[in-house]
Amino acid sequence: MPPDLVIRDRAVAADPWRYVGVASADELAQALPEGPVAVPLAYWLEHGPELTRRGTPVGVWLKPDDEPARLAGHLEGLALVAVHFPKFTDGRGYSTATALRRRLGWRGELRAFGDVGRDQLFYLARVGFDSFRLADHRDPRSALGAFDDFSLRYQGSVDDPVPLFRKRGDPPREARRG
Amino acid sequence: MYRYDDHDRAIVAQRVAQFRDQTRRFLAGELSEDEFRPLRLQNGLYIQRHAPMYRIAVPYGLLASRQLRKLAEIVRKYDRGYGHFSTRTNLQLNWPKLEDVPEIYAELASVEMHSIQTSGNDIRNITTDHFAGVAPDELVDPRPYAEILRQWSTFHPEFAYLPRKFKIALNAAAEDRTVLRIHDIGIELVKSAEGELGLRFYAGGGMGRTPVLAPVIREFVPWRHMLTYCTAILRVYNRYGRRDNIWKARIKILVKSLGVEEFARRVEDEWADLQDSPDVITDAELARVARHFAPPAYEELPASDPSHARHIETNRAFARWAERNVHAHRVPGYAAVTLSLKQPGVPPGDITGDQMDVVADLADRYSFGELRVSHEQNLVLADVRKRDLFAVWEAAKAAGLATPTVGLLTNIISCPGGDFCSLANAKSIPIALAIQERFDDLDYLHDIGELDLNISGCMNSCGHHHVGHIGILGVDKNGSEWYQVSIGGRQGKAAALGQVIGPSFAAAEMPDVVEKLIDTYLALRHADERFVDTVDRVGLAPFKARVYGEARELARAA
Repeated sequence: MPPDLVIRDRAVAADPWRYVGVASADELAQALPEGPVAVPLAYWLEHGPELTRRGTPVGVWLKPDDEPARLAGHLEGLALVAVHFPKFTDGRGYSTATALRRRLGWRGELRAFGDVGRDQLFYLARVGFDSFRLADHRDPRSALGAFDDFSLRYQGSVDDPVPLFRKRGDPPREARRG
Repeated sequence: MYRYDDHDRAIVAQRVAQFRDQTRRFLAGELSEDEFRPLRLQNGLYIQRHAPMYRIAVPYGLLASRQLRKLAEIVRKYDRGYGHFSTRTNLQLNWPKLEDVPEIYAELASVEMHSIQTSGNDIRNITTDHFAGVAPDELVDPRPYAEILRQWSTFHPEFAYLPRKFKIALNAAAEDRTVLRIHDIGIELVKSAEGELGLRFYAGGGMGRTPVLAPVIREFVPWRHMLTYCTAILRVYNRYGRRDNIWKARIKILVKSLGVEEFARRVEDEWADLQDSPDVITDAELARVARHFAPPAYEELPASDPSHARHIETNRAFARWAERNVHAHRVPGYAAVTLSLKQPGVPPGDITGDQMDVVADLADRYSFGELRVSHEQNLVLADVRKRDLFAVWEAAKAAGLATPTVGLLTNIISCPGGDFCSLANAKSIPIALAIQERFDDLDYLHDIGELDLNISGCMNSCGHHHVGHIGILGVDKNGSEWYQVSIGGRQGKAAALGQVIGPSFAAAEMPDVVEKLIDTYLALRHADERFVDTVDRVGLAPFKARVYGEARELARAA
């Protein structure tokens, strides 16, 4: 079986993470899989200390309606924060990411996973995601060009908080097409 | 008007390239229908009953003559020679081919136009007063603020997948010509007691199944914070707006369920974090954008023009047009002119490519090369010398653009309805045409006086029926088309929602129903009282009695 793939730092790499409790909460009643695991927010808040004692990387994943503010003071020990997109048209995760980066100051890896495709990557990267686990039927290798769809941004966001109107004097850059 | 610089041009060109690639991948089967749908909607492309419908943005309703000529070229080359102006001041093409749309997009870009976010669950085209910059009752010109909002909302990464569509309007005049409070966000430019310019924010207005006039969320926001305060509102909506039920997904439902105070508190909480954001607007940026809207080179003219006065006295048809379709201007000797798209026998808001060329020529010759689209689906030449009004009228008349009915019963606002739109429950254009045909006597129309009649083919309310003095809504009953009638709605500062008069009617009954409402009004009105004022004074009862009383008698006789 080919390895699961993820886009990190605009390159395709193997994804060692297991996202526990996405398909069914029952998974949490059983022994967690070996290796890096990302667990639901509530599970992390309850079992954080014992998870970090496992000695393998621990991550947390948030549902669209999870309050990112609940992670305040609980980011220590996390190697990954992931935001789940059950449907790519559910845009709550974009505000979740903004809050994680801006209000909570999360500087570690921030991953979008679930129903994520090429045509969401540009906006996802803008709000602070830096890794992307695409839906299984989508090939991440053909999606890398999406980051260069636009060379300019009118408004500030997490990737570049300075809006275009504060740098109109600079010459525009050409978009690179991937 | 705003002209693109290299940055704006690059952004639109990159969008065209992106959409061309998305369309190619869809046609090649690499993107599914479900994956492509939100992408095409964010570029104004619907798949409709007969063909795709493509909606071209006219930001805050402002067009240059060269842009209108390009639109004329486009409707001839890619469509059937005509287009439809919507209540959101956009232009809709009803018959383009999907595979042509990227090409049309590129043609639009060549004249600094686009179709970005004219549909989809994102921030839609910003609208404002169609008399912006020339209205005598205006505090400041709202267009620079509208343009700054347009740029900020274009490809906003956080707000591209909202629970539902999101509409923002701006008003800076004493009278409200934008129907401000039916918007998701309504921004009113105001001055504080200290003379500082700021913004009064309304949020949570909308029509549809649950019509709501937006409440005030904050009385005064410094103008520099227009974008940060919008960000705070959108963020609260994006996170907490309902996504489980499309009929409850608009921001109005969130504001209602949280209550205005709690909603405002959450907005304030988000806004507190944005006080030092680089999105705070600079003096330099406002000045840069405002320069694009500097007044044109007006001549110094006397307030009245003798030849115009003479024509008014001697030509009754011209006088009637001047009474309804010519509007006050803040500069002496000038007037604004409505070119009517409510020609009898033609769907409201429809315009042919040839008519577009005529309007472009008129704009070049008489109005500094610019025009506006109004939410009432007419065109406006904003800067006409009074001495040119007669010539403009003659040319407009020859092109079928001088129907002298602005503000009157037959100046009907109507969505495209079931003939074109796949969302509609019922047709709306044939109803509009039948009513226009019944009331084709101009003397009678002028005697009836000011009356807004608005028609929507479904609860999405694109025809603004809730704020019509008479509102007509197409409904579906067991698979057949019926029409529900409400009266007493109004736009303007005293905006109000109409009340339904009773059970709905078949299409064929509609001209009779409207006539009975008018007869009732004419029998009851006091001097100078408009239809809607009479409704306010006497209530619904006499109107219901007239409309349904006779229907019951007929039923008994049958």
